[in-house]
Amino acid sequence: MADLVLQTVVKLLIPFIQMYGIFIIINGHLSPGGGFAGGTILGSSIILYALAFHVEDALAHYSRSRAKMMESAGVVAFALIGLFGIIRGGHFLANNIWGLGETGTLLSGGIILPITLAIGIKVASTMITLFFHLLEEKKL
Amino acid sequence: MSEFFHILLLSFLIVCAVAVARIKDLLSAVIIFAAYSLMMAVIWQQLSAPDIAMTEAAMGAGVTTLLLMVAVSKTRRQER
Repeated sequence: MADLVLQTVVKLLIPFIQMYGIFIIINGHLSPGGGFAGGTILGSSIILYALAFHVEDALAHYSRSRAKMMESAGVVAFALIGLFGIIRGGHFLANNIWGLGETGTLLSGGIILPITLAIGIKVASTMITLFFHLLEEKKL
Repeated sequence: MSEFFHILLLSFLIVCAVAVARIKDLLSAVIIFAAYSLMMAVIWQQLSAPDIAMTEAAMGAGVTTLLLMVAVSKTRRQER
């Protein structure tokens, strides 16, 4: 099942979808959105690719081991950033490690930006893994 | 005007919910469920919760529909 129109439109559309997802993740502390919403959009772009092309093609771009690694990396990054607050003598996920910056700019909010990035990577990988696992189940 | 719009959206939501429960063709039920999610996203936005609206649009209308559609393709299409 290879449809030229569908595949061309998907190829054109995927960069914009991924750009939108990354924008939502990075602006999570300034505007609506954040790690979960942006990560879902990022993951659904890969799912769209797997639907328009074959699943094997999508797995060649985003293999199972890489998805597993990204998923774990997101959780580990979240935990490490959280533990950094304890090391500095505060509580878990304590903010104001390297200064908060000017309100309203992109680099404000202290640890919120790296934490949102970690959540985004984790959620995107989880969505992709969920879809691939369900697709490869035996037919009942 | 705004109140009329809210009533319209909510009544469409109720119609979609009843249709999902009553329809026998499971693929159609999945599509109607996507329409339900989209309507829900508009309602969240109207209730000044754009954050939830964004998540609902991506999650409910996108990923959940896909996963349910894969589940239908792995099982039967008609409800017994």
